[in-house]
Amino acid sequence: MTREDLSGLERNVLTTTVERMLAWARSSSVWPVQFGLACCAIEMIATTTSKFDIARFGMEAFRASPRQSDLMIVAGRVSQKMAPVLRHIYDQMLEPKWVLSMGDCASCGGVYNNYALVQGVDKIVPVDVYVAGCPPRPEALLYGLMKLQEKIRERARAGGGR
Amino acid sequence: MEPSQGLEQVNSLPGRGREVAGGLARETLTINMGPQHPSTHGVLRLVLELEGEVIVSCQPVIGYLHTGIEKEMEHRTYHQNIPLVDRIEYLSSYHEELAYCMAVEKLLGVEVPKRAQYIRVILCELNRIASHLVWLGTTGIDLNVSSLLMYCFRDRERILEMSEMVSGQRMMPGYFRIGGVAEDLPDEFFPAVRQFLDEFPRRLDEYEAMLTDNLVWRRRHEGVAVLSREDALRYGVTGPTLRGSGVAYDVRKAFPYSSYEDFEFDVPTGENGDAFDRYRVRMEEMRQARRIVLQALDRLPGGPVITDDRKVALPPRRELVRSMEAVIHQFKLVSEGIHPPKGEVYAAVESPRGEKGYYIVSDGSNRPVRVRVRAPSFSNLQALPAMVRGGMLADVVVAIASIDIVLGDVDR
Amino acid sequence: MKASLTPVQEFLAERLGDGALEAHTFRGDATVVVARERVVEALQAVREEPWRFEVLLDLTAWDRYPAEPRFEVVYHLLSLHRGERLRVKTRVPGEDPVLPSAVPVFAGANWFEREVWDLFGIRFQGHPNLVRILLPDDWEGHPLRRDYPLTEEPVEFRGHVPKVPSQIIPHVPPPRRDP
Repeated sequence: MTREDLSGLERNVLTTTVERMLAWARSSSVWPVQFGLACCAIEMIATTTSKFDIARFGMEAFRASPRQSDLMIVAGRVSQKMAPVLRHIYDQMLEPKWVLSMGDCASCGGVYNNYALVQGVDKIVPVDVYVAGCPPRPEALLYGLMKLQEKIRERARAGGGR
Repeated sequence: MEPSQGLEQVNSLPGRGREVAGGLARETLTINMGPQHPSTHGVLRLVLELEGEVIVSCQPVIGYLHTGIEKEMEHRTYHQNIPLVDRIEYLSSYHEELAYCMAVEKLLGVEVPKRAQYIRVILCELNRIASHLVWLGTTGIDLNVSSLLMYCFRDRERILEMSEMVSGQRMMPGYFRIGGVAEDLPDEFFPAVRQFLDEFPRRLDEYEAMLTDNLVWRRRHEGVAVLSREDALRYGVTGPTLRGSGVAYDVRKAFPYSSYEDFEFDVPTGENGDAFDRYRVRMEEMRQARRIVLQALDRLPGGPVITDDRKVALPPRRELVRSMEAVIHQFKLVSEGIHPPKGEVYAAVESPRGEKGYYIVSDGSNRPVRVRVRAPSFSNLQALPAMVRGGMLADVVVAIASIDIVLGDVDR
Repeated sequence: MKASLTPVQEFLAERLGDGALEAHTFRGDATVVVARERVVEALQAVREEPWRFEVLLDLTAWDRYPAEPRFEVVYHLLSLHRGERLRVKTRVPGEDPVLPSAVPVFAGANWFEREVWDLFGIRFQGHPNLVRILLPDDWEGHPLRRDYPLTEEPVEFRGHVPKVPSQIIPHVPPPRRDP
C-alpha cells in the first residue's frame, strides 16, 4: 500500500473496544420502566413533555413492562406495602439494568420519617444515581440522566462489564 | 355490543358461574391490574373478575402509597405541617394548604386580611386549571391521544412558572401561612397571568374542537362508567364526579370561604353521570376558573397579606430592630409555635377532585392531637366498582381517568 | 352548653333522650355526642325527612389516650337540602373498642370503617368485610394510636447527637390551670 492509502485509512477507520461501543449504544437509548409513584412522577411526566424533552436523550420510550426496559426511575415515596412490588419489578428487568432514585423520598425517606415509608429505596435495590429535590426540577432529572449516561460510558472506558 | 348489554347477554347464557352445562364448566377470570400499571394513575391495584370482556366485579386495593402523614402531623407543630400537607394531593397543593390553614385559622378565630384572601383565590383557581390540564393530558394518553399530553403540559408549564414566581417552587409551594400568605405577589406575576389568561380560551377551544365532537372520544366516553345520582350520594362522592351526575354541590357556593362570595361564577353540572359529562364539567370548570381569576385580579385590594396577630404570624423584619416584643414573638413562634385553644374544627375547600376537608383536634399545646384529611379521592374511588360493573375491560381505564384520582390523597 | 343549639341538634337531643350526651357549637360547627349503642339510630334519624343528612362526608376516630373512654369516633354529615353540616360523635372504651357499623345507613361508610379498623383497631359489628385497607395485610398493631411510636429513624447531624426530627421543636404541653 502507498503512503496516501495508509493516511486515508487513519481518517476513515475508527477502532474501539466492544465494551465502549456497547456502552455508547446502551447509554444513547436507555428505556425507563413506568414507575411513577407519587409527586415526582408528575415532574417525570413533565420531563417527557415538549418543554424539557427527554426524547433528545433517547429515553422517551417509557415501557409499561419491566422486561423491555433498562432503567427504573423510582419517582416517589415507597411505602412498606409497595416495597415487595418494587423489588419484584426490579427482578423482572433484564441485565444490564440501572436504577435512578428520583426525589428525596426515594433517596432517603425525604420529609417523612415514620412507620409507613421505606427510608430510601437503596435499602431494597442497588441505586446508580440519586437525584435530590422535592420534587426535583425536570432539569435536575435530566442532569441525573446525563450522569447515568456518563456512568455507563465510564464503566466501559475503565474496562468494566456494564 | 353496548356496555350495558354485556351483563344481560352473559347472564342469559347457560351454565353461568361454576355450573356444568353440556359437560363444560364455566368460571370467571380473575385478573390483577397491578399497582404498577400505566393507566391506573398511580399505585392503585384493581382485582377484576371478568366474564369474557365484561366486568363482573372490581375490588380496588389501596394503600400502596400510605405515607402516615396524619400520624406525622401529630408530631410536628402547626407551622411545620404546612409543607407536609402540600404532598398529600400533590396536583392541587394550593388547595391543600388553603384547607389546612383555614382549619387552623378557624380554630384560632383569626381573621385573614382581604388581600390575602384574594391572593389565595387567584392561586387556587390557577391550580385548578393546572390540575384539570393534568387530568386531560393523562386521560388523553390513556386513550392513545398522546399529543394531548404534550399540549396540556405545555399550558401547565405556564402556570408552574407563575407558581415559581410567587413561591419559588413549581409544585409543593409552601406559600400559604396561618393567617395569610407568606409574601406579597411579585410585580412580574401580573402581566404573566394576564397574558396566560388572554391566550387560554383559544387553547381550550382547540382542545374542545379536537375532542368534543370526535367520534372516537365520544364513543369511549358516552354511556361509559355511569354513576347514578343515588349511588353518588350514597358513597359520599363530591366534586366534578358528583356534578357530572347532576348534583350541583360545590363547596365554594354552598359554604363560601376565602371571599368566594364576592365573585360571579357558574358551577357546571352534567345530566347522565357518564364519563362524557364529567369531561364536559371539567372543561367548563377551567373556563369558570379563568373567570374568577380575572375578577380577583381586577378587584385585588391593597393591604397586608398576613394577619397582624403576633401570636400567630411572624412580625415583619423591620420591627425586629425596634421592638423587644417583636423579638420575643418571633422567638416563641419559631421555637414553639402557636397554641390554639382546646377544641375541634372542620373546614373544607373545593379542590379539583371534590370536597377536601380538614378535621383538626387541638388540646391547647403546640402540636395538633389529630389532623384528619377528608380526602375526596378516597370517597370517589369507593364508587368505582359501581361504575364499572357490567362494562367492558377497556372502560375501566376510562372510568379511572374520568374520576381523576390522586393516589396520594387516597392513601395519605 | 344549652345556648343556641341548631334545630337538628335539638331534634337529636329530644329523639335520643339519654342517648344524646352532649351538644355544643364551637366556631360554627354543630356537634352532638351520642352513646355508642344509639349512634346508628342517630345517623338514621337525621338521614330522614325533614333533615336529609344524606351524605356521609367522613368517618374517623381519634385516640384520647390516656383519657377514658379512649377513642372518639366522629361522623361528619352533610345535608344538601338544608346546606348544613353536622358532626356526630361517640366514645368507645379502650379495652373493648366495638361499635355497630354504619354501612346499612350509608354505603360509603364501608371503606371509612375499614380505615378506622386498620389505623385504630376499632371493630365495627355488621361490617361486610372488615380487613385492613391502607397497611399491608400482615401488619401488626394499629399505627394511629397514641401509644404506637412514630418509628423514626435517627438522623445523624454532623457534630451533634443523633436526633429524630420530631425532637427538634419540643412538644409544649397545654398550660395546667390550677383551680
